[in-house]
Amino acid sequence: MTAIARTDNRQEVLAAARAELPVDIVAFIEDCRRQEHPESNLIAVLHRVQEHFGYLACEKLDAVAQLMNIPAAKVAGVATFYHYFRMQPRGKLMINVCMGTACYVKGAEKVVDRIREELGIDFGQTTTDGVFSLNSALCLGTCGLAPVVMINDEVHGKVTPDQVPALLEKAMLKARQSMEEA
Amino acid sequence: MSGFEPVLLRNVGVEGVRTLKVSESRGGWAAARKALTTMTPDEIVEEVRRSGLRGRGGAGFPTGVKWSFLPKDRKHTVLCVNFDESEPGTFNNRYLAEHDPHLVLEGILIAAYATRADLAYIYLRAEYHELFHILQRALDEAYAAGWFGADILGTGYRLECHIHRGAGAYVCGEETGLIESLEGKRGWPRIKPPYPAVRGAFGRPTVVNNVETLACLPAIIERGAEWFASIGTPGSTGPKLYTVSGPVNRPGCFEAPLGLTVRELIEGDDFAGGMAGGRKVKAVIPGGLSVGILTADELDCRLDFTDVLNYGLLGLGTAGAIVIGDDADMRKVLANTARFYAHESCGQCTHCREGTGWMARIAERIAAGAGRIADLDLIVELCGRMGMMSGMSICGLPDGAAYPIRLIVEKFRGELEEAIGRQPPGYTERYIRDRIPSVYALPVLQAGAAPARERAVPA
Repeated sequence: MTAIARTDNRQEVLAAARAELPVDIVAFIEDCRRQEHPESNLIAVLHRVQEHFGYLACEKLDAVAQLMNIPAAKVAGVATFYHYFRMQPRGKLMINVCMGTACYVKGAEKVVDRIREELGIDFGQTTTDGVFSLNSALCLGTCGLAPVVMINDEVHGKVTPDQVPALLEKAMLKARQSMEEA
Repeated sequence: MSGFEPVLLRNVGVEGVRTLKVSESRGGWAAARKALTTMTPDEIVEEVRRSGLRGRGGAGFPTGVKWSFLPKDRKHTVLCVNFDESEPGTFNNRYLAEHDPHLVLEGILIAAYATRADLAYIYLRAEYHELFHILQRALDEAYAAGWFGADILGTGYRLECHIHRGAGAYVCGEETGLIESLEGKRGWPRIKPPYPAVRGAFGRPTVVNNVETLACLPAIIERGAEWFASIGTPGSTGPKLYTVSGPVNRPGCFEAPLGLTVRELIEGDDFAGGMAGGRKVKAVIPGGLSVGILTADELDCRLDFTDVLNYGLLGLGTAGAIVIGDDADMRKVLANTARFYAHESCGQCTHCREGTGWMARIAERIAAGAGRIADLDLIVELCGRMGMMSGMSICGLPDGAAYPIRLIVEKFRGELEEAIGRQPPGYTERYIRDRIPSVYALPVLQAGAAPARERAVPA
């Protein structure tokens, strides 16, 4: 019996899990555990974790699983089922390419192909250095400038595929500058 | 539609109506008081049944009948408010709740009392951030005023109400998918029976109602079932919120009695106000994407629960109209539609998971200018296979996918064939060979579908 007692590291695991998450989320989970059907709050907990960290990292999911007493596989299953949850961090520079009808007919797809080629990522992905994320938008409401590429808050209109490399380089330089200033 | 006085949108534009005080001064919560203090739950169910109110979420099931399916000897009942509103082109629930959150909450209280529910969940879609805060504020205010919680109005009736945020899944609009999601799981629809009325959320008897359905309840209680039944057309009673998007002069949300024609909705001065920029209507998706599509010759279709069936549509749906102008390419509309269902299929039923995926790939190829006439037949056949399985799948998503895709191909076949005819010769083969060489190399394609000049010569 003593051998079993010695291998029970439940308290250590819980402490490690608590250390992974901010205090208010741990408090929220503990609050949920006192209610009926605590597991029904899983999606609400994941919303909070993503709001805090920007994405759902594996360690955070494990911590949630431990604290909520839900199998880690189930937590991962829920996190991957819903489109709203991200498992990858977003890059520092968010590229939003408008794929709305107006931009689409003006060749947005060719621009995207070039971006894909330059960065080696597809929609919803981030470069391995964590600088660029690529996303599509359905309409940015600037159809007169089609095709439109947005990098963070900056709008670039009438983009041709050949302008893409220079555009990316400029954005990266700017980001580096602002990082050095900060 | 002159002379019609808005029922659901009567408070739109009134300053401060999101607060309880202004809402009450405009007659809000009076119906809930009447219901709780002067009527029994069974009387309310009977009143709603006589009003002919049918669910506004898409399927159009009579609300009073739905409530009567609850077992008589139940202890705890759960009311789920379906605010997932993910049907493309639909935003009437959001519009309603943004402008008049207390009307929605009052409807929830009446429905919960009528079904003797002690727990209500508002399942709100994740994308509605702003609305979440609006609803939460209104709910907090209503709680503080004693409209929710223990012993409401001194009647001893108790109701707890929570807002549950979804996380972006179309299939969670299906009632059992919604219940699964509410329980903190993947939103996989359940096999029925048992129906939610018998065994729903947390194993309890559960009613799932749409927001707009619940918002109709205060008016029914206040003015009576006969008044409600006098609005609209036989079998489709009451007011309805219509939404219009696309190249029209005034896209937005409008209220009218059920039975409005599509033409009135697009051209009427009280509604969308005609097409913008001198365009003409090419097609209209009249009730959310899943119901199907109407051509420009079919604009006299009345938007109620019966007339839409004469045009081959699945049903009224959510009455969220998407207008497609004459400058649109139907191949892109087809690809966009197919892509949506392939993305949203939950993957439980094989014919839906595979069928929507293959249809999306075929439609993408047609949109890329590499289609074949045979592809159109293939899509119709795939839709038929999914349709043949109707009732054989866990939820209605494959039917909802098959209707619009099949109707786009059938009703716009001439245009699609013409576009395919304009493609440069041999482009289809090159396109396929470049993108999926492994499939192109399959012997069956080499012998059958590939053109003679590229056919492999037997050794």
